[in-house]
Amino acid sequence: MTQVVVVTSGKGGVGKTTSTAALGAALAQGGANVVVVDFDVGLRNLDLVMGAERRVVFDLVNVVQGDAKLAQALIRDKRLPNLSLLAASQTRDKDALTAEGVERIIGELREKFDWVLCDSPAGIERGATLAMRHADAAVVVTNAEVSSVRDSDRIIGLLDSKTEKAEKGGHMPKHLLLTRYDAGRAARGEMLKVEDVLEILSIPLLGIIPESQEVLRASNLGAPVTLANPASAPARAYAEAAKRLMGEQIQVTMPMAESRGIFGKLFGRRAVA
Amino acid sequence: MNLLALFRRRSTAPIARERLQVLLAHERVMVGGSDLLAVLQEEILAVIGKHISVDRDKVQIKLDRGDPVSTLEIDVEVPSLLPTGALARRSELAAARR
Repeated sequence: MTQVVVVTSGKGGVGKTTSTAALGAALAQGGANVVVVDFDVGLRNLDLVMGAERRVVFDLVNVVQGDAKLAQALIRDKRLPNLSLLAASQTRDKDALTAEGVERIIGELREKFDWVLCDSPAGIERGATLAMRHADAAVVVTNAEVSSVRDSDRIIGLLDSKTEKAEKGGHMPKHLLLTRYDAGRAARGEMLKVEDVLEILSIPLLGIIPESQEVLRASNLGAPVTLANPASAPARAYAEAAKRLMGEQIQVTMPMAESRGIFGKLFGRRAVA
Repeated sequence: MNLLALFRRRSTAPIARERLQVLLAHERVMVGGSDLLAVLQEEILAVIGKHISVDRDKVQIKLDRGDPVSTLEIDVEVPSLLPTGALARRSELAAARR
């Protein structure tokens, strides 16, 4: 059965789009039929991260408003034939999305794909609530940082009250994806630890994505990091997270603190004390 | 900042953790229903307003959400419309306290 998953966070810049692209590609690499949908109308970026920015003809708003058929707007990935993108509109304003239109499109996508990943815009406005509206599950992307954790907490509250599933009295499964995690800084007491964030938000952990230069490299190239460099630490972490999303029970790999030079070690140790 | 301060730097993550725990405990209640403190504030002002006209600009509200207690401090500036007798008694009282 199709799973509609919203990738959300409340706060901007924590890695929603990167994570949508990487998880979508990882699921597709596992053989599933996947579509990633950009809900960030006016500020679309998923097309860029996926490397499809020059192939967008029709977008989500065109389909919602009936100007284009869904099949015309879906962009098939050049590397993975079972991965598609539905881009957001760049020019229209965010009110262009209607609740009925989104519901209809999610329904149509359910018939075509195994996984529908909705990349939510930041904030708690219309675009964000529409992106989560019809989800079966949510991936809450969070950085180990106070404002991100607070916003995630707020989003968790919305997922439990404003989604179709919640309104019908159902339970919305939520998964925590901790991104840009720096194990070294956490060990030195400079960053919230995984356990801290888990305790505060109390939702199950989907994965820990280590802070890595590979993520920027991948977006520079227009490729999800799981495709750009599958052997890299963030790619492996995303691949693991995708498996867990599919229901596999596997241990979460804890990122290791990067070994520092002799200078760093000298000073790092002092800071721990 | 001198060199010593560099070495003495405390870890900040536990502080972040504590601040978040206190803040979110309050925000969860707030989003779920109504904010008790905000309701209290409105009702208290309404009660005062029944007896004296309160200038909203002369009301100072301080709110400190803490753990384990929160405080709501409402400072209402009331025009001197008390009967003269009462005023006199009040100034006597104030003098006595001094």
